[in-house]
Amino acid sequence: MISDDYLEYPKRRYGMDHERYEWSILPRRAPISWPGGARVALWVTVSLQWFPLDMKGQPFKPPGALQTAYPDLRHYTLRDYGNRVGVFRVMQALERHGIRASAAMNAAVASRYPALLEEIVSKKWEVVAHGLDMDHLHYEGMKGEAELISEALRLLGEKATVRGWLSPAKSESHQTLDLLAEAGIEYVCDWVNDDMPYEIRAGGKTLHAMPHSADIDDVQILVANHHAEDDFRDALVDQFDLLHEESARHGGRILAISLHPWAIGQPYRIGALESALAHMMRHPGVWPATGAEILDAWKAQRAAQGNSTA
Amino acid sequence: MKRDPGLYDYLPYTRRPKIEWPNGARVAFWVAPNIEFYELEPPKNPSRAAWARPAPDVLNYSYRDYGNRAGFWRMLEAMDRCGMRGSVSLNVALCEHHPEVIEACVERGWELYSHGTYNTRYTFGMSEAQERALIQDSIDAIRKASGQKLDGWLAPALTYTERTLDLVAEMGLSYVCDLFHDDQPGPVKTARGRLASVPYSLEMNDVIAYNVNLVSPRRYGEILRRQFDRLYAEGAESGTVMCIPLHPYLIGQPYRLKAFEDALAYITGHDKVWLATGREIARHFIDRYYHAFAQASHSVHDF
Repeated sequence: MISDDYLEYPKRRYGMDHERYEWSILPRRAPISWPGGARVALWVTVSLQWFPLDMKGQPFKPPGALQTAYPDLRHYTLRDYGNRVGVFRVMQALERHGIRASAAMNAAVASRYPALLEEIVSKKWEVVAHGLDMDHLHYEGMKGEAELISEALRLLGEKATVRGWLSPAKSESHQTLDLLAEAGIEYVCDWVNDDMPYEIRAGGKTLHAMPHSADIDDVQILVANHHAEDDFRDALVDQFDLLHEESARHGGRILAISLHPWAIGQPYRIGALESALAHMMRHPGVWPATGAEILDAWKAQRAAQGNSTA
Repeated sequence: MKRDPGLYDYLPYTRRPKIEWPNGARVAFWVAPNIEFYELEPPKNPSRAAWARPAPDVLNYSYRDYGNRAGFWRMLEAMDRCGMRGSVSLNVALCEHHPEVIEACVERGWELYSHGTYNTRYTFGMSEAQERALIQDSIDAIRKASGQKLDGWLAPALTYTERTLDLVAEMGLSYVCDLFHDDQPGPVKTARGRLASVPYSLEMNDVIAYNVNLVSPRRYGEILRRQFDRLYAEGAESGTVMCIPLHPYLIGQPYRLKAFEDALAYITGHDKVWLATGREIARHFIDRYYHAFAQASHSVHDF
């Protein structure tokens, strides 16, 4: 039996069914021009993650979670491979083209492997907070969320300036955005509904949503979809080609590539990333930048446009 | 519960009245974008959870919202370039939420048909009065937004009761997309009215290809071509139907668009293809073949 109020729709109205952000049509916005007249801002994020051996997986197991009965040495170490080996392979692939990435770091990685954090800071990569670790998801009903955020930001903030946040598994409670804004975070990477930044309400403050991708993601394509390395390369190339072409008509676009060194950093896979990057960097008008740099350029453009469109 | 839905009789593929489409076409080809609104926190239905994760499911909600903000507009350009009209499987609450999307469809002469009110409100467990209200809501919303009479039904999130198709037929609709038993239209046995099943497809559906079968975009393009090639060849004997059901949140992702557009250009570039809408296919079938198909069918007796 279904009660009659199941056919009542109190939020059936113009725009969204919530108050976080405004409805906005991508191709009807004022075009953005990136620094130097670039057409595509290339935003590479490298997630540096630690999956504790005793992980509980609450309220659900994040992508990449440990799987066997305790102790699951095989998945623990395969994930940690990214922090020891894979990330350095990714760094070399990016450095060849002068690309600086945004490292989305679990605070536990910064705390456990300070040498890795130093390496990232010395390469002038951006550090984006990626929660405490992969077994501390943010979810409705959790306890101590504000403390969890401040602990993560404290550990990461000792050696880096942190402006952006990527929730582990992109999972949020109803309060997460408000607490992040309160803690001084400027942008979040959890929402995948746009190809460009947009403003998102967070308590009395305004955050920006950055278009971190769930699709153009090595774990999604290579691990979840079981696609071959060449399919991953093709996806990156096709994503780039379309955005580069579209930018001629609609203004600057952002190509967000989400990488996890435990996946893409394997010797047999790294070449797919290298091939795709070589394809992109052969084109004129590609601006490799960090998330914060892209957001700053976008905000400056929007201010110049008088914030005339949502 | 029934053992057989009782919606159609048996009619073998090679022993049917010959279907002739307009202008000697072999395939009636239609594209059915599912333009959907998923609520962030819908009321609970006892038969099905709306989201995979606990509320608020930011990832899955925002992934679908991408379709309306970005993906739809990209898909629209690709269809315009191929001269292809859409038959929109519409969550009708979208008329209120995003009227700009509806206007873009209506000004192109696209058909709007119903995919329920929201894709997060399920028909499972509804009373007859509730289900009539749901269908009437769609009739009213589509007439108000576009002036069109509602002719087609694809149940919201593919959720039903035993009486769904009877009610749809009684309330004046002419076709349904919910039956996957055939590559040609066929009569649907309902208490009243004349209802045709128009082949839609789960196999060609981007949501099945991408979210269930996890194929790559280029592979999806290959699947579409192979499906078309075979239906085009068979259509020389008797007209077939091919549908590409789409979801702008999937097909409108930049890395997926070109492989789809190339396949669409390939299909629409053939001579003997009728670029149709769901309503047009249903009307052609009902006027010319519904009766003959019903007459030729073999009734089925359970053991």
